[in-house]
Parts: sequence; structure tokens; C-alpha cells
Amino acid sequence: MAKPIKKILNDPRRAVDEMLDGLVLASDGRTKRLAVDAIVKSEIPDGKVALLIGGGSGHEPLFHGFIGENMGDGAACGQFFAAPSPHIVYEAAKAVHRGKGILFLYGNYAGDNMNFDIGAEMLADEGVEVRTVRVTDDVAAAPPERMHDRRGIAGDLLMIRVVGAAAAHLDRLDEVERVAKKAMAGLRSMGVAVLAGSIPETGKLTFDLADDEIEIGMGAHGEAGISRQKLGTADEITDQMMEKILADLPFQAGDEVALLINNLGATTMMEMLVVNRRVRQILAERGITVHRSDVGTWVTSQEMAGLSISLMRLDGELKRYLDMPSRSVGYSSLEVK
Amino acid sequence: MRVDDERAAEMLLAVARAVLDRVDDLTDADLAIGDGDHGIGMRRGFEAVELVLENPPSGIDGVFKAAGMAIMSNTGGAAGAVFGSVFTSGAAAFAAQEEITPEGFVEFLTAAQGAVQRRGGVAEGAKTMLDALAPAARAAAGASDLKTATAAAAEAALQGVEATKAMIATTGKARSLGERSVGHPDPGAISMSIILGAMRDYVAG
Repeated sequence: MAKPIKKILNDPRRAVDEMLDGLVLASDGRTKRLAVDAIVKSEIPDGKVALLIGGGSGHEPLFHGFIGENMGDGAACGQFFAAPSPHIVYEAAKAVHRGKGILFLYGNYAGDNMNFDIGAEMLADEGVEVRTVRVTDDVAAAPPERMHDRRGIAGDLLMIRVVGAAAAHLDRLDEVERVAKKAMAGLRSMGVAVLAGSIPETGKLTFDLADDEIEIGMGAHGEAGISRQKLGTADEITDQMMEKILADLPFQAGDEVALLINNLGATTMMEMLVVNRRVRQILAERGITVHRSDVGTWVTSQEMAGLSISLMRLDGELKRYLDMPSRSVGYSSLEVK
Repeated sequence: MRVDDERAAEMLLAVARAVLDRVDDLTDADLAIGDGDHGIGMRRGFEAVELVLENPPSGIDGVFKAAGMAIMSNTGGAAGAVFGSVFTSGAAAFAAQEEITPEGFVEFLTAAQGAVQRRGGVAEGAKTMLDALAPAARAAAGASDLKTATAAAAEAALQGVEATKAMIATTGKARSLGERSVGHPDPGAISMSIILGAMRDYVAG
């Protein structure tokens, strides 16, 4: 028997709209909302290569919470778990464009691809140059030879940080696109789901999982993963995920990586840190150095419980961008000297 | 029934009502193999159709285009791009036409199918709305009157929905379910069959 879903909301149909208002207010003037469902930085310098991110709502603070210093210039925001319309993409893009072209950076989902593409065509008709890099970090979604079928999950945050910093410091769209592609080529993630989240408007859980079951590789919207199994220990689950992630690129001894352990919503920090401990043991055994780690809640699926592990292989250039300070409602970091 | 531009707007209002009546069914179908947002997305899109067709533009193509833009701008997700394209791209079939002829209706379905294939990069058999739309276009071809054409399209679309149950999703969020998607119909195909069923019912009067 399904339990009733408890959420602190007004009319669920107004939740995205009211969330966006609250988000802008939380930025203390550093962002503003457009007439459409889009959030842009209050001040974007002329001649800057623009970075537009975006996607469905319900994953806060992803994407719209990542507008700020060395992060996105604007976000096109969809309704709950649904891509933004071409109209929103177009308006958001126009608002952030400063004459140097725009990089679209978003997760690889059919709906996002189609809507951002239509938006890009509308901009191309007006002579605005747009390049697109899609985040395809989820190794559970498809085998390596079908990289274009992989969806974007928590690796979005690492991409937004690296590419955001690159777009703030490089003069040409070509160069920003090059950095984005390089970062994406070395990025791999995998998640594990423990409990389902729910959709406010329908009040229904996004998937069924028995009380003693977990699903390795489940997507951020409850898409099926690679293995449904009995709940094991943190070390067993971590070993299983790390084996897939490390073998996929593959990551090798001597590599330097950014490590991101992301909470899908309702997992405790205690569990996250226990997993982090095991991840670091495995990386140390393999001779892989962690240049930077982030453990926290950034790419969520409502009250879904579970977490994901992401690794991005770094070189000197990517390290430089990753070490720049980020500042947004959803993520802030100090400069690493 | 002779469907001129005024009646085309009435027909699409009937389509909108039919979709809105089935929102819960669409939600349940999408929860089974997707993320469960198809119903609420279609509700946003077709509520916008109702709004824009309160004062319909002139011309049958104008009516279809306005409905398509309303869907594209308000639905969001893959469904917005796909079902928006059905009406915006399909509208060209009715340019300068004073009524919807059976040939025009088939051309509408064919143009819509082409647009969806291009935009989504998918073919038939991938467990999508195309598996309702493409057989509908084929079934309606050659019909001598609009009543027969819409009835054939609606029936073929329903059969197409049934056929999607046996298919393995290879695109969209259901893709990762792989063989686990078998046994469930595609929610987008259901929507397409609702749209064509409502057109049939309207034309049959």
C-alpha cells in the first residue's frame, strides 16, 4: 500500500514557478529571472563567451542553482523533469549573449536535445553562433560504443564548473567548446538508488523498489540501471560501482582526478562519507590521485535516496579551471592556490 | 462533414478536450516505463491549445500552426518538441486549402511523421509515438472521404499502440529499461491515438 507523499508546497502546479522566485531571491541580487522560466546572471560583461545551461526542474540545485561566478551565465528551466521549451531556450540565450557566441551545456536526454536544438536553430536564423556539448557521464546507461546514448547525471556539476571558468577566461567560443569536450571525454559517473522520489504534481513515486532492494546504475529520473539486488554493505556497493567507473575510461595509475560524491536527495551525510572513505581506498590502491573532492547534495531527484560517484580525469588546464572560485546559490568554493 | 478553418479549430478543441480527459491514463502509462511526466506535460500543452483557439487565426494551416506553437511552448520535454512539430510541420499540408480533404489529411500525417523522424532521429519500431503515427498515415492513404480517412488513421494508431507493447524502447527515458519495457505501451503512442481518435469522432459528428 502506497504511503501518502508529504511535501511542503503550495499548489504543486505552481511549485516550479515559486521555486524559481525563491532561487533568485536567495542569490542576493546576483541573478535575475526573465519573463519566461529562465534565470540569468545580473551582470555579464560585454564580449564574454556565454554559457547557457538548463534542463528539467526537480533536480535542484542543478541547473538553475548554478548561475554565478565561473559557472553558468543563464539557465533555461523546464517544468518538473521535463526539458525547457525552445521558446525558453531562445529567450535565455538572447539574454546571456554578448556577441561572442553561446555554448549550450546540458544533460543528454531526448527532450533536452530536441528543445535545445530547436532553440539553437531559432538563434542561428538570427546569426547567433551556438555550439552544443551534452553531458553523457552515466556509464550505466549504455556501453562505451554508444556514448551518445548515455545520459547526463551528477557529472553536470563538474562540467558546469570547468566550462564555466573556461567561458569566463577564454576569448573564443571554439576554445570554450574544446575545453568542454576534453573535460567530457574524461568524465564518468554511476549512481545507486535506495528509495524512490516522488513527482509533486502526481503525488506518485518515480519507481518501485522493494524494502530490501537497491538498484545500481539507476538514472536520476528512476530510469532502470544495470542491477537490482539486495541491499549490501557500503563497501560492497562502492566496490561494484567503482569497478564499472574505473574500467570504463579506463582510469589508470598516475591519473589525477576530480572526485564528486553526490547525494540524490535523501541520503545522509554519514552514508556519503562512509562511501567516500571506501572510494579513496580504492583510488589509492590503483595509484590514482584525487586533486579535488566534493561530497554533497547538488544533483537531486526530489526525496530519492541514493548517491552517485563521478570521476573526471584532469590535466593542467582542467585543474586550473576547476581550482577557480565558484559562487552560486547551489555551489560555492574558494580558490585553490 | 466539411471541415473548414472554423471547424478545424473546433476539431482541435475537441482533440484538446480528449487529451485532457486522459491525463491520468497518460501519467500511469509513463510511470510504468518513463518518469511519469507525460500526462502533466500534455495537460500544459493542450490547455494552451484551448486558450489559443479561443480566438483562432485564419486558415486551416494557421489554426494547426497556432496549436502546434502552443504545444511546443508549453508542454516542455520531448513531448513538447514532438507533438508541437506534428502540428507546426503538418500544418503546411493545409496551406491555401479551404477544407480538410482526405488527401490533405494524409499529407498532414506524412509531413508530421517526417518532422518527428528528423527531429527525434528515430525510426519506427523504437517504441515511440511514431509507431502510432506512421501506420496511421499509411492506413489513411487512398481514402475517398475524410470520415473514412480519419477512421482508418485512428484505428491504425490504436493498433500501433498495441504493437508498442511488444517493442523494446531504444530511445527516450524508457530506453534504459531495455527488455523490461516490453509489455507496456508507449505513452506517446497512446497520446497520438487519442489525438487521431478525437479527430475521427469530430469528423463523424
